[in-house]
Amino acid sequence: MLEIRAGTATAVLPRRRLASLAAGAAVAAALPRPARAQGAPLRVGLMLPFSGTFAALGENIAAAIELHLAERGGRMGGRPLQIIRLDDESNPANAVQNANRLVGRDRAEVLIGTVHSGVVMALVQISRERGIPLIIPNAGNVAATRELCAPSIFRSSFSNWQPAYGMGLALGRQGVKRAAWITWDYAAGNEAGEGFRQGLAAGGGEVVRELKLPFPETNFQPLLAQIPGLNVEAVGSFFAGGGAVQFVREYAAAGLKERIPLCGSGFLTEGVLGPQGAAAEGIRTALHYGDGLDSPKNTAFREAFKARTTRDADVYAVQGYDAAQMLAAGLEAVRGDLGAEAAFVRAIREARIDSPRGAFTLSPSHNPVQNIYLREAKGGQNRVVGIAAEALADPGTGCRMPA
Amino acid sequence: MDLSGLLAQLLNGMQYGLLLFLISSGLTLIFGVMGVINLAHGSLFMIGAYAAFVITGWTGALWLALPAALIGGALFGALLERGLFRHFYRREHLDQVLLTFALILLFEEARSALLGNDFHSVQVPALLDFSVPVTPDFAYSAYRLAVLGACVLVALLMFLGLERTRLGSAVRAAAEKPEMVELLGLDARRIHMAVFALGTALAMLAGALAAPLQSVYPNMGDGFLIISFVVVVVGGVGSVAGAFWGALLIGLVDTLGKAYLPEVAGLAVYVLMAAVLLWRPSGLFAPARG
Repeated sequence: MLEIRAGTATAVLPRRRLASLAAGAAVAAALPRPARAQGAPLRVGLMLPFSGTFAALGENIAAAIELHLAERGGRMGGRPLQIIRLDDESNPANAVQNANRLVGRDRAEVLIGTVHSGVVMALVQISRERGIPLIIPNAGNVAATRELCAPSIFRSSFSNWQPAYGMGLALGRQGVKRAAWITWDYAAGNEAGEGFRQGLAAGGGEVVRELKLPFPETNFQPLLAQIPGLNVEAVGSFFAGGGAVQFVREYAAAGLKERIPLCGSGFLTEGVLGPQGAAAEGIRTALHYGDGLDSPKNTAFREAFKARTTRDADVYAVQGYDAAQMLAAGLEAVRGDLGAEAAFVRAIREARIDSPRGAFTLSPSHNPVQNIYLREAKGGQNRVVGIAAEALADPGTGCRMPA
Repeated sequence: MDLSGLLAQLLNGMQYGLLLFLISSGLTLIFGVMGVINLAHGSLFMIGAYAAFVITGWTGALWLALPAALIGGALFGALLERGLFRHFYRREHLDQVLLTFALILLFEEARSALLGNDFHSVQVPALLDFSVPVTPDFAYSAYRLAVLGACVLVALLMFLGLERTRLGSAVRAAAEKPEMVELLGLDARRIHMAVFALGTALAMLAGALAAPLQSVYPNMGDGFLIISFVVVVVGGVGSVAGAFWGALLIGLVDTLGKAYLPEVAGLAVYVLMAAVLLWRPSGLFAPARG
């Protein structure tokens, strides 16, 4: 599937590709090639959305990466880093071309990206084919650390399965026996649904009904009107962005909120509490980060991020910061020499990342083993009220990592 | 199946159907009177919704967006008819499809350039920001009920206008027997412009009304366009009454399908359309054509 897509991209845009190849060759010929010394800058390609729907997420990830680099004096493993930004616009149609541009024209030696789970597949593919290290600072599609896992691919964020599993587990432990799950019928929603179902089962409960509507439709009414008849004690959900705003408001307007508590993956209330207003108050969600996490590391990080950007840090900034920390762990171990690939991979795999979210390690399939916090929406914040699942690892089903 | 759940779903179906009526009544009239398949009708709905988003953002009042969508829509429709569609009535359907498809691309591109590709939500007016229980365990937002009422009101006004005014009867005549308009010495150009203005105004009003219910996003009119064509086919081309009953029927079948037979919900309305076409090939309320 991906190979076909790559093929089409080449076929459709031969001229532009030729032009960029020619330009690349010209530049390469004109510049004297420095010997690959310890001191030569290491080119790190940041493929992130800097425009479009997810631009704010991309900016926060990039700013946090640059913050950590600045804390290290611009060097990792003794080598200065050269950051190359590329705007992927969260557009899957250009993903393969953009990824090729970073490793081709820009000769990136390490890749960090991206937010959109369709776009990240192009990076996963190129990392698998060429062995270029990739750190994913957001996109949560489970495949990247399951069936498509590879030694060169790491994730600093989460798998869609993780937060929903934590939410289901927390509900089950509260004594909820029957719950419904409601989401958009697309990959992220269904992967989260699988997590919620398994988490609730582990806590002793059961998902008795899954309600789905096509992405990104927002005609929730026919689904909401079914909920009173299901005889459930709670409703779990996966929605994000504008759809999450709408859903939370309609759930409250239908008079369901007081009788059947709504909960979900943290994205339900992440960055959208303002427009959700009173309808969100008291909603519990689960995520690997939250407001009011009281640790020296988190406080220091939030202050530094605010000082650098004048914005408040969020979960995306944390994921970017940790992507940079993971890269540093690898590069320090091999003293900046990516040629020592096995040692580089081993160092990251064995690292303990001192994250603002709380320290984490990586699972055998290179996804964070992390606490999933239980949060409650209150006064415009997602306050952490407990731990939904401690040191939770994605099962990594189907990952066959070459030793 | 519990009774109060069914009641809530019937209300959902009616509300969805009435909104569909606002969109499909314009579509059916434009096709009936001028013979134009207007694929851009869904984009007009989208423009109405974005207009509500922009106006509510500026002024904080959705109330202002509704007359703006109606009046702006009528003017915009008249302008489109005058500048573009008028020159396509005598052309082949393929030319008309190309024109209206081009309009979709233009409208979406303009929307993308001016307002971006984000999802937006539009606040419900504060006055209607409360809920009314419609069954013992299900409530309806007052705004949703108000939309239902507004749609009924518009439908009533349309029937009165079509039945009781001279222009209305001319439009009905034009929809049922286009060749009669010329024979009776009516001004066809005026009728065409009025019909197009009305259709555009209704589609944009529907978009503005739906904005707080649906949220606002790129290509949001596409789904409505397709389902509105189904309504037109089921109701009978050119018949406003057909559009009304067809829209209610489709709204109920779609909603009840989603609620009680989710596995086949996507198909339900198309099965209904096929059944109607087999039973009455020109639709339930097709004007008798001589």
